[in-house]
Amino acid sequence: MNSGGVSLWPELLESLGQTLQMVVVTLLVGGFAGLLLGLALYTTRQGNLFANRPVNAVLNVLVNIVRPIPFIIFITGILPLTIAVTGASYGTNAVIFPMTIMATFGTSRIVEQNLVALDPGVVEAARAMGAGPLRIIATVVVPEALGPLILGYTFLFVAIVDMSAMAGAVAGGGLGDFAIVYGYQRFNYVATWTAVAVIVVVVQIAQLVGNLLARRVLRR
Amino acid sequence: MTSTTATATPMVRLRDVSKVYEGRSGTVRAVDGVSLDIARGEVFGIIGYSGAGKSTLVRLINALESPTGGEVVVDGTTLTGLPERGLRPARAGIGFIFQQFNLLRSRTVAGNVAYPLKVAGWPKAKRLARVAELLEFVGLSDKARQYPDQLSGGQKQRVGIARALATSPALLLADEATSALDPETTRDVLDLLRRINLELGVTIVVITHEMSVVSYLCHRVAVMEHGKVVEAGDVYDVFARPQREVTRRFVGTALHDRPSPDVVARLRRRHPGRIVTVAVREDETTGGVPVTALLRQHGVDGTVVFGGITEVGSRPLGSLTYELVGADADVDAVVAELARRTEVVLHDEGPTAGTGGGAHEGVTA
Repeated sequence: MNSGGVSLWPELLESLGQTLQMVVVTLLVGGFAGLLLGLALYTTRQGNLFANRPVNAVLNVLVNIVRPIPFIIFITGILPLTIAVTGASYGTNAVIFPMTIMATFGTSRIVEQNLVALDPGVVEAARAMGAGPLRIIATVVVPEALGPLILGYTFLFVAIVDMSAMAGAVAGGGLGDFAIVYGYQRFNYVATWTAVAVIVVVVQIAQLVGNLLARRVLRR
Repeated sequence: MTSTTATATPMVRLRDVSKVYEGRSGTVRAVDGVSLDIARGEVFGIIGYSGAGKSTLVRLINALESPTGGEVVVDGTTLTGLPERGLRPARAGIGFIFQQFNLLRSRTVAGNVAYPLKVAGWPKAKRLARVAELLEFVGLSDKARQYPDQLSGGQKQRVGIARALATSPALLLADEATSALDPETTRDVLDLLRRINLELGVTIVVITHEMSVVSYLCHRVAVMEHGKVVEAGDVYDVFARPQREVTRRFVGTALHDRPSPDVVARLRRRHPGRIVTVAVREDETTGGVPVTALLRQHGVDGTVVFGGITEVGSRPLGSLTYELVGADADVDAVVAELARRTEVVLHDEGPTAGTGGGAHEGVTA
């Protein structure tokens, strides 16, 4: 895989590193913030631990506003905020900021959906034993839903890899950037499809690990 | 549990307790002005069909729900009006077992039983010892490391019971605890509850829609309908002399002892004599009914054609239905003698049995 007689392999490796950096940071920060937001959505529902109709309505509207925005537009739209927070308008670090925000809102729905499926009986049992709501969240709600949550986060990982590919639009680096700069702009289909192949491998490995962890937690 | 509480005060005292929900389809009075005293050391049944309000009532007792009216006092503590934080220790002191067991699937059997102890802040060594003791008590020591999904329904409920007993509560609430179990397992779980009452002195409140559960386990019973307690008292008294239609239905479906109009019609095809149902009870007022002696005395033949007798609170209850054949006057005399001693139901006579039957239709004495 060459471009103008120069090997692109070092570039590809660097791009893979950037992609992994974006994905891992987004998954950790956005995933955690999304867990909190998802818990807030779940626990403020009617009849739940912190049932609060107005708060639940506001959170729902907020999530529904942010989530449908196409990520490529979102990146450019919140650029001023990105500059204010990260001090940069382009590059890997700059693009992690919008990725984290978007991942937070995306995760919150995934978390909420998995928690809603939880049998309310176990929460009632914990309440009957005198447990407080924060303890119930930490020791009953999250552990009981852990298997589906792991699968949810695996799904999220793939979505974040997808997001990271659009970082190329703001020169964010990563495999998407690589595919645009060396593939699309230089009509080099080998470069494009090599980047795609690497992304597929990364996603496959993530899905494998997620399935394995979920199976272990679910004991099936 | 607190030594300052006088033993004379009831374990549970409900005073005019109500729970009203504002639903989309209007106001629902789930519990409507219930007053009850449940004594220390007794097994108290609350029986009713689904929607009668019994599950809501039991959740008012352990403050999972707060009443919209009235007062709930448990073990000398007035729960009504306490803030959520103040209710938690009260709940921890009341055991609760559920129809669907509600075990934590992510924890082992031992982990489930240990959970309330963790909530109560027990140190690990004490927790382990207590869990071992509890699993021994319910006969599941060998299942400690298994997960709930690996257990049968009866075993799951035993875990639920061990968990409910972990903090040594003085009061145990059982919400349809056997309704998801087969008859044999039901008997095992009821025996375990009886043992808990006898050996540990725990007061138990049993919520059920099955009369067999009440008659096997309970000392006293309250019958609920439309959110109200319509009848309450000693189990035998309530079921032997039901005052309300709903109670009669429970007795009827549990015993199947009295012939329905259809059954009477079928019986009559084969039995031309007078068909009479005689109640069988064993309480202070009746020392058994000397049916054979009466028949002999009046020269009447009696054939048992239907019936059912079961034990309620360790005493027999039910009825036998006879075909009486003899001279009208003699049969009348037998029926009159029987009616003096117990409840007698005369079934309308068939066309071949002659005159005078219809007037006796219904319930006497």
